[in-house]
Amino acid sequence: MSILDIFLQQLINGLTIGMIYALIALGYTMVYGIAQLINFAHGEVFMVGAYLGLLFYTIFNQTALASWIIAPTFLATMIATALLGYLIERCAYRPLRNAPRLAPLIAAIGISFLLQNAVMLIAGPTDKSFPSILTIQKYTFSHVTVTNLQILITVVSIGLMTGLHFFVKHTKIGKAMRALADDRQAASLMGIDVNFVIAVAFIIGSALAGAGGLMFGAYYNTINFHDGYLAGMKAFTAAVLGGIGNIPGAMIGGVLLGVLEGLAAGYISSQWKNVFAFLILILILLFRPTGLFGARVVKKV
Amino acid sequence: MKFQKFIPWLVIAAAFLFPFFDKNAYHIDVLVTAGIFILLALGLQVIVGYAGILNLGFAAFFAFGAYTYAIVNIHFHVPFWGGVAVSAIATAVFGMLLAFPALRLSGDYLAIVTLGAGEITRIVLNNLDQVTGGPNGLLGIDHPRLPMVNYDFSVHSQPYYFLILIFILAVIFFLRRLETSRLGRAWRALREDELAASAMGINLAWAKLTAFGIGGFIAGIAGCIFAAKQGTISPDSFDFTVSVMVLAMVVLGGIGSIYGAVLGALVLTILPECLRDFTSYRMLIFGVAMVVMMLFRPSGIWSSVRFRAQPLRANK
Repeated sequence: MSILDIFLQQLINGLTIGMIYALIALGYTMVYGIAQLINFAHGEVFMVGAYLGLLFYTIFNQTALASWIIAPTFLATMIATALLGYLIERCAYRPLRNAPRLAPLIAAIGISFLLQNAVMLIAGPTDKSFPSILTIQKYTFSHVTVTNLQILITVVSIGLMTGLHFFVKHTKIGKAMRALADDRQAASLMGIDVNFVIAVAFIIGSALAGAGGLMFGAYYNTINFHDGYLAGMKAFTAAVLGGIGNIPGAMIGGVLLGVLEGLAAGYISSQWKNVFAFLILILILLFRPTGLFGARVVKKV
Repeated sequence: MKFQKFIPWLVIAAAFLFPFFDKNAYHIDVLVTAGIFILLALGLQVIVGYAGILNLGFAAFFAFGAYTYAIVNIHFHVPFWGGVAVSAIATAVFGMLLAFPALRLSGDYLAIVTLGAGEITRIVLNNLDQVTGGPNGLLGIDHPRLPMVNYDFSVHSQPYYFLILIFILAVIFFLRRLETSRLGRAWRALREDELAASAMGINLAWAKLTAFGIGGFIAGIAGCIFAAKQGTISPDSFDFTVSVMVLAMVVLGGIGSIYGAVLGALVLTILPECLRDFTSYRMLIFGVAMVVMMLFRPSGIWSSVRFRAQPLRANK
């Protein structure tokens, strides 16, 4: 393999995982942009999505749906995690809307303990193997291999992100979301139902995380109740990288982080790849304190 | 009302007398762990509570203190009493170095830098085998020893209990003095409004650096005691969960309040032990308990009066 081949191969691998990071990062960034809240339980929603994906896949596999199983599995997983996201928002965050700033953060940590341990008790503490949701086909160009699963992940992710982009830019609720992100008080004075819009952000973010979880399981073929923590943290990093609160920023941040990580794993060593990811993050923040695409915040007295 | 003046002394006396009435080694051991977490929570209280800077990587400070003592003890045979000083000062310097990004960043961007620094520390500990022993950690760290009477603390819990109690009281005394000092007031101004504080002539860089330095100093003491008690340390003891738990202790106990941090650390260390009967449901119940406690007392169990009046909100 030539140097170029290694580079391209790592680029493709990184791009695939980066898409998944981007999907999770969108949930962080939307909730942050609208409610100024770091939703620490979001990584666990992603993990629950992976387990629910496995569950729905196993169920649908025994029914008439088996021949075109991918679409209903995605749909069911996303609906289920969306519901979970709504429940979390309703029970843990909404009552704390006017509480001191760090209170919802601690509630979020409690929720993540709850979800992690609930999954561990129900599904067991050991790794679960995840069946490949489609028969893997490899396409090789010179020495670079792309699988149909990688293509599927990329296509689905881009599709979901484009959908979100249009939703935020061209629907009434999307407009309300942007208004809320700008100035919550003014938005509520204009008759926008703040609780409703925040709930919608949670629902969409959680559905995207669910889709990400399902694809994560299908890509690595093994899931564990601990997976949510590292993936959540990487996605949060990606969101900050792109400028937290900025939706296209989160997409680009996720993909960038995945690619950088893939390249670091290929060229340096996989042990140090996480150091590399965080080091880059810190360096970027030092030079661009609000992320790559974050708005310049002008301080006013 | 005169009686109230004696309450703190009664509590201190009760704390000192406790091991003489409760001989159960397990209870004392839990309290020793709680004591280490009280020190950590007090250290984080300086950064999060006083200066209002969210730190999500406090475990790195703890780890730095523990590894500093372990390394100077194993390689240079520095005894515990010297090690405590070395650990505390080294961790204070480490904290101040970490604070440099803090001079440019604000709010949640800073939080993510501390989070990243915490993760980097853990990964470095895991992979820098020659210095830190990698995933196996370091073994054979000396227990403390009283020099005059030649008494070795060894693996008993009781002497550590008294040792930690003395350190906690010293730190509380120090923080109470600090709270109303010039620096303490500068931190409070920084926490309430950075721009206004700088307009009043407060050196923001200095205020942030000292907050990280003093928080690190206290965490260094905690790390050193932890390493000396365990005799062996590994990176597992310093993962993100530790950072999160200490932060939870501070917030749950009451941001900006010394006694809140103490209470939060006690509750969050003792509660999981009480839930041991529920075996595998333990952490599940613990998670629910955290949410419920937050819902009922969003400003913490023992919230500082200042915070009740002026809750820390998003600047919007």
